[in-house]
Amino acid sequence: MNRPELVCPAGTPSAMRTAVDAGADAVYCGFQNATNARNFPGLNFTIPELEKSVAHAHAGDTKVLLAVNTFPPAGKVNLWKEAVDEGARIGVDAFIVADIGVADYIHKNHPEIRLHLSVQAAASTPEAIKFYCREFNVKRVVLPRILTVPEIKNMADEIPCEIETFIFGNHGLMVEGRCSLTNYITGLSTNMDGVCSPAADVQYIKDDAGNMTTKLGEFTIDCFSCDENAGYPTICKGRYLTPAHDGAYYAFEEPISLNLSTLLPDLMAAGVTALKIEGRQRSRAYVKSVVSAYRKAVDSIMAGGEPEISGLLALTEGQKETQGAFKSKTWR
Amino acid sequence: MSNLAEFKAAIGQDMTHTNPTPEISASSPHLARWMPPAPLFMLQPILRRIVKRVARENPDMFGRLGPHYKANFVIDPMNLPFVLLLRPDPDNLFLRAYRRRDLPDHDAKISGKFLDLLMLVDGDVDGDALFFARELTITGNTEAVVCLRNALDDVDGSIASDVANMFGPVGRTTLSALRRAKQRQTSN
Ligand code: SF4
Repeated sequence: MNRPELVCPAGTPSAMRTAVDAGADAVYCGFQNATNARNFPGLNFTIPELEKSVAHAHAGDTKVLLAVNTFPPAGKVNLWKEAVDEGARIGVDAFIVADIGVADYIHKNHPEIRLHLSVQAAASTPEAIKFYCREFNVKRVVLPRILTVPEIKNMADEIPCEIETFIFGNHGLMVEGRCSLTNYITGLSTNMDGVCSPAADVQYIKDDAGNMTTKLGEFTIDCFSCDENAGYPTICKGRYLTPAHDGAYYAFEEPISLNLSTLLPDLMAAGVTALKIEGRQRSRAYVKSVVSAYRKAVDSIMAGGEPEISGLLALTEGQKETQGAFKSKTWR
Repeated sequence: MSNLAEFKAAIGQDMTHTNPTPEISASSPHLARWMPPAPLFMLQPILRRIVKRVARENPDMFGRLGPHYKANFVIDPMNLPFVLLLRPDPDNLFLRAYRRRDLPDHDAKISGKFLDLLMLVDGDVDGDALFFARELTITGNTEAVVCLRNALDDVDGSIASDVANMFGPVGRTTLSALRRAKQRQTSN
């Protein structure tokens, strides 16, 4: 069994240093603009910050993967090209891309730098992935969270590139790169502006009894009673009243996080090359806890032991975890 | 004012309490009762010193605030008898204590237990996790709060330790006691 790469999130320089110190093999990050899918206020890297951070990561033998994984709207592609050129100049180890125009630009202008296909590209068939490999020399695909472990194994046998899968963190609607729920409500696109549920449109309203209502724009997403755990204010995690159902119910997905710690040996045996931790928007405390726990687990498996991970439940959304489609297509 | 008196005033502790290694029970919802309110006028110059020191040590953090550096944040340690008003404008820093009943005008309010807020400022606890567990409440301008959170989270090292160092050994001992209290709370 090959040793998998542990790919860890970094929303700030401090989070990146934390990930490197906690044992990340690679960190992924983005610039402070719409070119990446975590374009949150106050998050991400300026060019000078990335220069310093890459030097620090490389000194610790950690690779830096730059996410340029949103889709440029017509007429605005220069911002994406500039992000790529800066990343190349700074010396990142790979670009994570979703858009075929951006992939083509990198392939033609920076062929020496590895291309990883973002989960945002939603490539989930061998045919689609082979196309990206053939046309743009993609070296790794980040698989959408819709495949079971046996399906991933079959995929590994058929495609000519490495496979990266998510192992921990946010569990969305499984249509990465295609979700327009935020766009419908706020006018901003997760896929083009890089932000789901922009904070400027989010409101938390607490009543005297301690119940908390979360709203995105004019839409109420949920109302948590005072003794209920909360989730992110994303439409996909909302609880709605509809005539088709008695009482409020989670129409799409519930507040829950992915945690594949017990499936790690199966994923590694299935041919997964890289294990990805979600959470560039999370704190360095989260990065430290999750990266250290998974570092220990992967090392333990490589040494013939069992992956032992505990203590991460407090970090999960709604304080609940799932193995999602990796375990079964009917996880809800 | 002595270092001890200043530090205790800064954390809202009784000025006459002289035990330098206080045993603080974080699990008690009544920290406020354990720590009778210091007269607020004594707190204000200390808070000014604290915020200036933090700003001087971490000038880069202001960049992450974007347009919200002029926002007024109420920080509400729910188990203490006062709230803090913070305006992180590097040219006109403002940190001042108010009695809860005199809540000042603000753009956003962040409420939680004192020790949770302390750990949050220090990057020792994940804000989203506190939010999921309903230990942290945010109202008002969510974007401003996200910016402030990201600005503080990018500060390497410990802001709380920096502040404690301002008050010498007494500050450090008291901070250790607070951290032990938090650890006991977490492991219970
Ligand atoms: S609404 Fe949910 S599925 Fe859609 S982009 Fe946001 S987190 Fe992803």
